Amino acid sequence: MIESPSGFWGPVAWIITAVVALLIVHFIRRRGEKAHKNGVQSETFLMGNPRLPEGETHIRAHNIYWGFFEALRKYYDHTVTAHTGIINDYIVWFIAVIAIVIIILFVAGGI
Amino acid sequence: MDTLITHSSILIIAIPLLTAFLTPLIGMASKKARNTLLIVSLAFVAFLVFALARDISINGIHIYTLGAASPDLTAPKGFIVPVRIILEVDGMSILMGIIWSIVSLAAAIFSLSHIASETGQNRFYTLLLLMVTGGFGMMFTGDLFNLFVFLEIASISGAALIAFRTKFADTQEGGFKYIVVSAIASLMVLFAIGLLYAQYNLLNIGALAQAIQYTTPDKIALALLVIAFAMKLGAIPLHMWVPDSYAVAPAGISAMLVVSSQVSMYALFRVCFTLFGVTLNMYTVGWIVIILGMLSMFIGVTMAIPQTDIKRLMSYHAISQSGYMLLGVGVGLAVLGDPNALATYGREAMSGGIFHIINHAMYKGLLFLTAGALFYRVGHRDLNRMGGLGHKMKLTSIFFIIGALSIAGIPPFNGFASKFMIYESVYQFNPILSAIAMLVSLITLASFVKAFQSAFTGPPLPEYKEVKEAPKSMLIGMGILAAAIVFFSVFPGLIVHHIVDPATNALINQGAYVNGIMGGTP
Repeated sequence: MIESPSGFWGPVAWIITAVVALLIVHFIRRRGEKAHKNGVQSETFLMGNPRLPEGETHIRAHNIYWGFFEALRKYYDHTVTAHTGIINDYIVWFIAVIAIVIIILFVAGGI
Repeated sequence: MDTLITHSSILIIAIPLLTAFLTPLIGMASKKARNTLLIVSLAFVAFLVFALARDISINGIHIYTLGAASPDLTAPKGFIVPVRIILEVDGMSILMGIIWSIVSLAAAIFSLSHIASETGQNRFYTLLLLMVTGGFGMMFTGDLFNLFVFLEIASISGAALIAFRTKFADTQEGGFKYIVVSAIASLMVLFAIGLLYAQYNLLNIGALAQAIQYTTPDKIALALLVIAFAMKLGAIPLHMWVPDSYAVAPAGISAMLVVSSQVSMYALFRVCFTLFGVTLNMYTVGWIVIILGMLSMFIGVTMAIPQTDIKRLMSYHAISQSGYMLLGVGVGLAVLGDPNALATYGREAMSGGIFHIINHAMYKGLLFLTAGALFYRVGHRDLNRMGGLGHKMKLTSIFFIIGALSIAGIPPFNGFASKFMIYESVYQFNPILSAIAMLVSLITLASFVKAFQSAFTGPPLPEYKEVKEAPKSMLIGMGILAAAIVFFSVFPGLIVHHIVDPATNALINQGAYVNGIMGGTP
């Protein structure tokens, strides 16, 4: 258990609670619709269109979160552009940050 | 056993070094004997690390002076300052040692299958063991110049390991970038050491800490050391080499590179807390560390989410997670001069940051190994071309889920425990920082949902009809880290009280480190 200023974190208590919750869910599920059968009833309804080959129904990585990237396009335009992949740029960043930190330390002074 | 413990710190460095040079000789006679030697030596080193950790928890800081009549005799007769090579292992050093021993053992076992089809395996294992030597040396040395030497050993072997698979062009680019960045960072470290040596005629960290004045050259040395180590740990905006290098390295090495970066973070903390300690402007340097941490967290995670190369995605997350550690320890540093704030939340923030170092090493190591298992079976790292692999690689999927839930900070996993400590304590320092940290955790979850969905879910793809589960040694390597995650998740209090809190105290209590060296001088 970890204690914090406003409470505590006890993973064992959390796990016991989660197991009890899962047992309750399992109990409710078992009391569900008995007439349900696997097969046609559980297949995706594709509005009468022929079913696509399996490989084509999988949503690929580049299609995920497109709205997020669209909304943050300006941010990504800048950040992706800054990642040039050129090692000279990496060193320029290094020198620039050292210079900034030296200036800060001098301006801030002692203790 | 007592003799073994007395010499354990040097043995932990010497055994992998000696094994590194024995490996190619034995490898020429028998591959099986070489692999056995590798695993047995790393397992023995892990045993020594745990034995030393127990000794430190009972007897305090462990000192080992090379060449002295007695290992705790830090200065030769007639000298008032230590001049010999001295190893000084305290709570913080041994915490890093525990991480390094677990991850390097898991990575070595994983690599047995992962690089089984590659040529030059003798050289691979020699370099791996040299990297292990460099890492342990950096953690245990009490001497700034030796810190530089071990940094060089770890960096050079790391670069060669990144570029090991010469059949891929990107590995050469990754290795080249790593060595250039490492060389420049090491050069700055050496320059800073020179500045300090020129003024104080000392190289020992404890002796220097006692003498340091925070003069103008000291400030320049501090800036050079902080930023050089920040570059080596991949803090934004000095991070750009990280995805280029981590992504192309063999997976076992990627896991080790994560810890290698954390060793640089350890060196950064050692410089700030132990070398300069109360002499520096703690509030300013603390905020510099916090800002580096916040940038790393936010830009790291937002750069991770669009990635479609699974290891580049994980590399950006490694940067992002480093931000949490910098944030937690940075807050502790910023309030080091304020006893009330330190007691109320500063110490907790530091413990959270340090606990996150262990957790991150385990789950990011595991995630890189799962990515390596995928690469081993499908032959590429492109998430756009993966899918349905959970049907064929069930254990790898489970390991990925454990790592992903942990990195995203989902209860009851260990990532949540350390983030919980960081959120709560940092909130009292500045609520905005804590809110951003929580947002970053949400985006991390989104990113790993994407990676899991892309690689493991969906119908089995025809092109991966022949794919099988990862080989046994790779599963064992992943299993070691997964077991560590589960253990840390279920017993976080045990880890915090016995490993993390002593490490936090070691950083805060500069006097104990100084006395460890100077207390033994005549």
